[in-house]
Amino acid sequence: MKIKLWGVRGSIPTTGPETEYYGGNTSCVTVTHDGYVLVLDGGTGIRQLTGSNYPSNKRIDVLLTHLHLDHIQGLGFFSPLFDASKEIHIWGPASTSQSLFSRLSRYLSPPLFPVLLRDLPCKLHLHEIGNSHFEAGPFRIQSNYIIHPGPTVGYRVIEKTAVFTFIPDHEPALGNNGIIKETKWVSGYDLAEGADLLLHDSQFTNDEYLQKRGWGHSTITDACLFASMAEVKKILLSHHDPSHSDAFLDEMLESFKKTAGNIPQAALAKEGVEFELS
Amino acid sequence: MAAYEIEIILNRQLADCLSIPVFITDTAGNLIFYNEPAEEVLGQRFEETGEMPVEEWSTVFKPLDKMGNPLPPEELPLVRTLKEELPHHKSFIIESLKGQLQNISVTSYPIISRTGKFLGAVAIFWKKKNEN
Repeated sequence: MKIKLWGVRGSIPTTGPETEYYGGNTSCVTVTHDGYVLVLDGGTGIRQLTGSNYPSNKRIDVLLTHLHLDHIQGLGFFSPLFDASKEIHIWGPASTSQSLFSRLSRYLSPPLFPVLLRDLPCKLHLHEIGNSHFEAGPFRIQSNYIIHPGPTVGYRVIEKTAVFTFIPDHEPALGNNGIIKETKWVSGYDLAEGADLLLHDSQFTNDEYLQKRGWGHSTITDACLFASMAEVKKILLSHHDPSHSDAFLDEMLESFKKTAGNIPQAALAKEGVEFELS
Repeated sequence: MAAYEIEIILNRQLADCLSIPVFITDTAGNLIFYNEPAEEVLGQRFEETGEMPVEEWSTVFKPLDKMGNPLPPEELPLVRTLKEELPHHKSFIIESLKGQLQNISVTSYPIISRTGKFLGAVAIFWKKKNEN
């Protein structure tokens, strides 16, 4: 299966030369196999799935990790939603009080957006999930609630033997002493265990994290500890803070690598990059 | 073993930050975590014992009523919470294995997940001043 990153910025999109290299679009990744396209998150990166990138399959599955704006802001600009020949399945975490339709409609309705969710021309199907297993085309998918404010899931996407894990917003270290060193006490562990590729939150520096505990994000240190405990083969550090320039991100990773011991293969997520897993 | 649901993990992380004794059990009553203040009540350390089956940890102290008579298990807040999946509260006396008596208040609540699944229970012990 092929993984392509369309948006790796956290919180809010950025523009300008300082963030051009790693990219300024918010969360969106596609997973493709045999012409079937899975879209993970609907941040501003999703807008690029048009023209030659327009998904050719009739059915498209969009898997939302949660409904914070940086993960759904691009939905209104996702061309297939306006294509009557498309069957779009949107999967998102269930909440205790409001339906997925109702929560998505808060954004896709006036005054925030001119078109109502219910008026979209495509054949739209919404699916509420939690700790779930389901299938989409050639993919088997596991979702689990993970630690982040509000209902939020991570995804484990399996195609035959290759595994891609997507946890762009996650704070497994929330607590007095950080990540508990027993795997059964670690949020998201089941999703990441043994994955070939893990895309994981690494928004904050260690100093920033001290001021932003409970905001739902990780440091590079915690993301790599998590990856190491889960024995993933490669980790992509993502959800880059909008205030972090390309140079600053490089510095963050270099400085971490100088102090870290045995870590899994780690790289900064970069918009436009593709990975082939088999 | 699969990881615990985040509602259980977050309860442990919260307990770890508190200065009052907190016990967390699974749905069968097995003790899956207790914090440092709770270690004092049990007289054992979590790092040493790990998780404890219900048969083991329920015998570590003896619950008594104000008259010093043994309390039947069905009157204990945690047992009721596990049975009814509802919060409960009660004040009583516990006698440790060393014969020490302690007045306590216990509040217990069920851990019911976002999906409505019953995952376990939490018991908070509040040590009261011993009455003469």
